[in-house]
Amino acid sequence: MSAAVILINAIAAVCLVFAFIKNREKARQSIIVAAGSFFRVLPLVLMIIVIIGLFSAFIPPSEIIKFIGAQAGWSGILAIAALGAVLHIPALISFPLAAALLQSGASIASVAAFITSLTMVGVVTLALEMKELGLRLALLRNGFSFIMAVIIALIMGMIL
Amino acid sequence: MNNRNTEKNGEDRTSRKNTIRDYLVFFAVLVAGLVLLLIFPDKKDAAAATAWNYLREMMAILPAVMVVMGLFSIFVTKEQVVKYLGKTSGAKGPLVALFFGALPTGPLYIAFPLAAALIRKGARVSNVVVFISAWACIKIPQELVELQFLGFPFMGVRLLLTVFFVILMGLLIEQLASPKKGKKALNNQGG
Repeated sequence: MSAAVILINAIAAVCLVFAFIKNREKARQSIIVAAGSFFRVLPLVLMIIVIIGLFSAFIPPSEIIKFIGAQAGWSGILAIAALGAVLHIPALISFPLAAALLQSGASIASVAAFITSLTMVGVVTLALEMKELGLRLALLRNGFSFIMAVIIALIMGMIL
Repeated sequence: MNNRNTEKNGEDRTSRKNTIRDYLVFFAVLVAGLVLLLIFPDKKDAAAATAWNYLREMMAILPAVMVVMGLFSIFVTKEQVVKYLGKTSGAKGPLVALFFGALPTGPLYIAFPLAAALIRKGARVSNVVVFISAWACIKIPQELVELQFLGFPFMGVRLLLTVFFVILMGLLIEQLASPKKGKKALNNQGG
């Protein structure tokens, strides 16, 4: 078992004990909420796992390296950051996908660009963001976030 | 309270419909994958081994992630977040915004109305931007999932860079957006 597995399960256990001591009723409600979100996200998780399995078996690393490998450079990073901005998938399932891409030869920079723009930039949620925060703020935040994703990716590519 | 319940039921119904759709899409992908592997049986072992590894890793953390998020979404109310963030100022502001954004509570679309409420309450634009950004990409359980799949150097460096750039971006956007600050809030009140 990895450190992350132990850590998150320990955090969950400790929080759960405290919650039950503090307020039984609220703690029970939290468990119901947790079970609900688990079964909501489960099909997405299973789907991405099937896709990763197929992907690793059918798409040779050489193809991935060509598009988003270390030699792909700027265009690869920009393209995958744009893909991350448009896609609307939970961050939770983007990490196993990112790990699979890394294993198949994608560069650190492109994987970092993908995750960062996926979580920070939301083309799908942009309409809601504009409605709540106004056009100017929403566009500025998404625009800067995209630039930020590319900069973070380039720095990570250089130091890792 | 009654009003809030009916609102919640409406949300539940759409989300249930979406969930059913997600399960159907999953089964379609699964069947398509199985058919593909029947056609190319030599790929079967590699695909199954990879999928099994990822499934095991995911199931070891997913329930715990959901429990932590469930607990925080019930115990930390929206009112508390708005109260704390609305009144903090100075150098502490971005840090408090980071902290509340990173608490494991719910998807991004909940953060937008919260952020709008913060702006109405007079919170600094830079802090609100930091809050939304932290909510989007510095969630504590998400960081642990990242640690699990991508390892410590990747997760740690990305976290540090993200915190730095998110705060910088907040200040920049505040400069650029300040003439319009509060305009949207006024529009909302006017109907």
